[in-house]
Amino acid sequence: MPREKILHKVRTALGRSSGQPPAAPPPVRLRIPDVPLDARIESFICALNKLNGKTCVAHSPQEVLDYAAQLCEGKRVVASNSPVLRECGIVELPNVRSNYTDADKLREACAAADIGITSADYALGDTGSLVIIASPREARLISLLPPVHLAIVPRSRILTGLDELFTLLPNPAEQTSSMVLITGPSRTADIEQILVRGVHGPREIHVVVL
Amino acid sequence: MSKAATTEPSKFRQTLEDANLQLAVYTATGRLMEKRREAVAADVLPEYQELRTQAHEIKKHTLDNLDYYLELFEEHVTAHGGKVVYCKDGSEVADFVLRLAKERGARLIVKSKSMTTEEIDLNERLAHHQLESVETDLGEYILQLAHQRPYHIVAPALHLTRYDVANIFTEKLGVENETVIEKQTMIARGVLRQKFLQADIGISGANFLVADSGAVVIVENEGNARLTTSAPRIHIAVAGMEKMIARAQDLPVFLKLLGRSATGQPLTVYTSFLSGPRREGEVDGPEEFYVVLLDNGRTRLLADREKRQSLYCIRCGACLNHCPVYRKVGGHNYPWVYSGPIGAVITPQYMGVGKDPWLPFASSLCGACYEVCPVKINIPKLLLDLRSEVTKFKAKERGGWAERMVFRLWAWVMRHPRIYEMMGSMAAAFFPEGEKPGWLRSVPSFMNIGPLKGWLSQRDLPRPASKSFRQHWRSRRKGGR
Ligand code: SF4
Repeated sequence: MPREKILHKVRTALGRSSGQPPAAPPPVRLRIPDVPLDARIESFICALNKLNGKTCVAHSPQEVLDYAAQLCEGKRVVASNSPVLRECGIVELPNVRSNYTDADKLREACAAADIGITSADYALGDTGSLVIIASPREARLISLLPPVHLAIVPRSRILTGLDELFTLLPNPAEQTSSMVLITGPSRTADIEQILVRGVHGPREIHVVVL
Repeated sequence: MSKAATTEPSKFRQTLEDANLQLAVYTATGRLMEKRREAVAADVLPEYQELRTQAHEIKKHTLDNLDYYLELFEEHVTAHGGKVVYCKDGSEVADFVLRLAKERGARLIVKSKSMTTEEIDLNERLAHHQLESVETDLGEYILQLAHQRPYHIVAPALHLTRYDVANIFTEKLGVENETVIEKQTMIARGVLRQKFLQADIGISGANFLVADSGAVVIVENEGNARLTTSAPRIHIAVAGMEKMIARAQDLPVFLKLLGRSATGQPLTVYTSFLSGPRREGEVDGPEEFYVVLLDNGRTRLLADREKRQSLYCIRCGACLNHCPVYRKVGGHNYPWVYSGPIGAVITPQYMGVGKDPWLPFASSLCGACYEVCPVKINIPKLLLDLRSEVTKFKAKERGGWAERMVFRLWAWVMRHPRIYEMMGSMAAAFFPEGEKPGWLRSVPSFMNIGPLKGWLSQRDLPRPASKSFRQHWRSRRKGGR
C-alpha cells in the first residue's frame, strides 16, 4: 500500500512515530480593524472600480430591480435561487430564467446565457472581493459561464477583509463544498503581459450594494 | 517530442545572444518586480514583514508534523465524501488517472495550471494511452500546442511574443494569422469553452491543502481552474504533499502574500476553497472528488532538517523575477521544470547533486531571492550547502586532489604572514597595469591555464597595490603617526 509506505517515510524523515501528537502550532493571528459600515462600502466600491468592476449603491429593492432590468434588457439571463433576488423581483423579469435544481440543465442554460445574476454571502471591503458559498441558493456556474456577472450584495454583508471572513467562518468546509472569492472580472496577461479581460470567466462584473 | 531540457553551453549562448528574448524576459520580470514592490510597500501593507515571518512559522510547523496533518487532511476529505490517493511518483499518478478514466468511460480531461503535474509529465503519460488532457490556462495552452515547457512558474509563456502565438495558432489550430492579443485570447476561449463543456474529468493542482478542513485551495486569474473544478463530473486535484497548511485560519496570511509577491495583486481574481464533491442540495459541482498526494522525492527533502525549508515554497515566482541569473539565462536553460533560484535549490535535491553539479554554482549569491521570498526561504544559504555537497560528491567521484592541493597550499600561505607578504609583492611586480588604469585585463601567460583561464576570461582583476597594507602600516609607525 503506497499510503502506509509514504506515511512511514514521512515519519522516518521527521523522526516522529505513528499517532504522535503535533507540537503546539503557532497562534492564529487574525486582526479585524474597526471600520464603520459606510467606510467599508466605500472601500469596497473603490477597490472594485479599480479592477474595472461596475458598482451601484441602491437604497431600495426597486432600485436594484431597475438596475437589473436595464442591464438585462434583450439579453438571456440566468439567476440563482437566492432569496435576495426574489425579494427584489429580479426573477420575475421577462428574460430571466431561474429556479434550477438540475446540474445539467443549469449548465446548459449558463453556457447559453449572456448574463448570470447571483447574490454574495459576503464581500471584502479592502480588496473588492465577492464571497460566494455554494448551497441550494447559489450554484457555481452562474457566476462563471456567462460573459457578464451581476451580483447583489446586502450592505451588512460587507466585511473589512480576509481576517474577518475567516473569523466568521473558521472552517468553511463545515457548510459547503465550495467557497469562492471573486475579485474583479476574469483576466489574463499571459501574452506579452497585456491585460485581457474575460478570458474564461466573465469579462464584466457588476455589483449592486443594497 | 521531448520537453526535457538540455544544458549545453551553446544553448546558454543562444539565449544570451537572442536580443529579442533578452528584452522580453528583462521587461516582463522587471514589470513584475515593480508591481510586487508597490504591493508590499510599507504604506499599503505595513504588516508585510510580520506576515512573512508568520507564513514561515506556519509552514515550518506543518511540515515538521506533516504525517499528523496528512492524516488529519485525509480524515476530513473522506468525511466530506472525497478520497485521498497517495502516489509515490508520476507513473502511479498516471496509473490512477487512467484506471479511473477507464472505469468511468472518460475520454477528455481538462487541466488547470499545475507545476506538480508538469514535474511528472502527466499529459504525456496520459497521451501515451490515448487519453486527451487539455491545458486550459492560456499560457499553458499555448505551450502545450507548441510542445514546450513553462518558462516561468507563474507566467509560463513569458518568452513568447504575439507573433510566436500567431504562428502556433495558425499551425496547430488552422486559424487565420491573428496577431491582436485580445483576439488571440478569444480564439483560445472559444476552443477551450467547448472542451470544458465536454470534459468528463477536470485535473487541477493546489496552491494549498488545508488539513483541518480537507480543502484544496486554488488561486488564479482566468477562471479556468474554477471551470476545471466545477464543470466536469469528476475533479482530481494533484498536489505535492508539502502544500499542506494546518488550518483554514492560516489562509489569510498566505493569500495576502501570494498574489502580491507573484503579480502585485492584493488577491488574485479567483480564490477557490474546495472541500469534497457537490453536497446534498447544492445545485452543481463535481460528483466525485479526489486528492492525489504526490511524494516523488519529497520525503527525501523532508529528511534534511536544514533543507526542509525548500518545501515551504508557495511558487510565487518572485525569486525568479529578482534573480540576475534567471533574468539573463531565462527559464529553459535550467535542467528541470523548476527554474530560477528555487529551481536551483530543489532540482539537485530531487535529482541528486551529481546530475547537474553546476546548478548550485549558477548564482551570484546576491541574496535578492531571500529578501523577496514571502515564506523566507534562505535560498543563498541552501545554495552554499548544496555547493559543499557537490564538492564532496566530486571529491568522492574523481579525487579532486588538484583542487584540494591548491586550497591546502592557500591555507598554508595564509597562516604564514611573511610568505604571504612576499607573494603579495611578487604579484605586484608580475602584473603590469592594463588598458584600464588600476585594472588588469591579462595575467602572465604561465598563469593563464586551467580553471584560472576560464575564470579570468570573464573578469577584470584589480591590479595589486604597489605597497601592501602591512608595508603602509610599518612605514606609518616609523613615521610616528
Ligand atoms: S522560493 Fe520563495 S520567492 Fe521563490 S517561488 Fe518559492 S515562495 Fe516564491
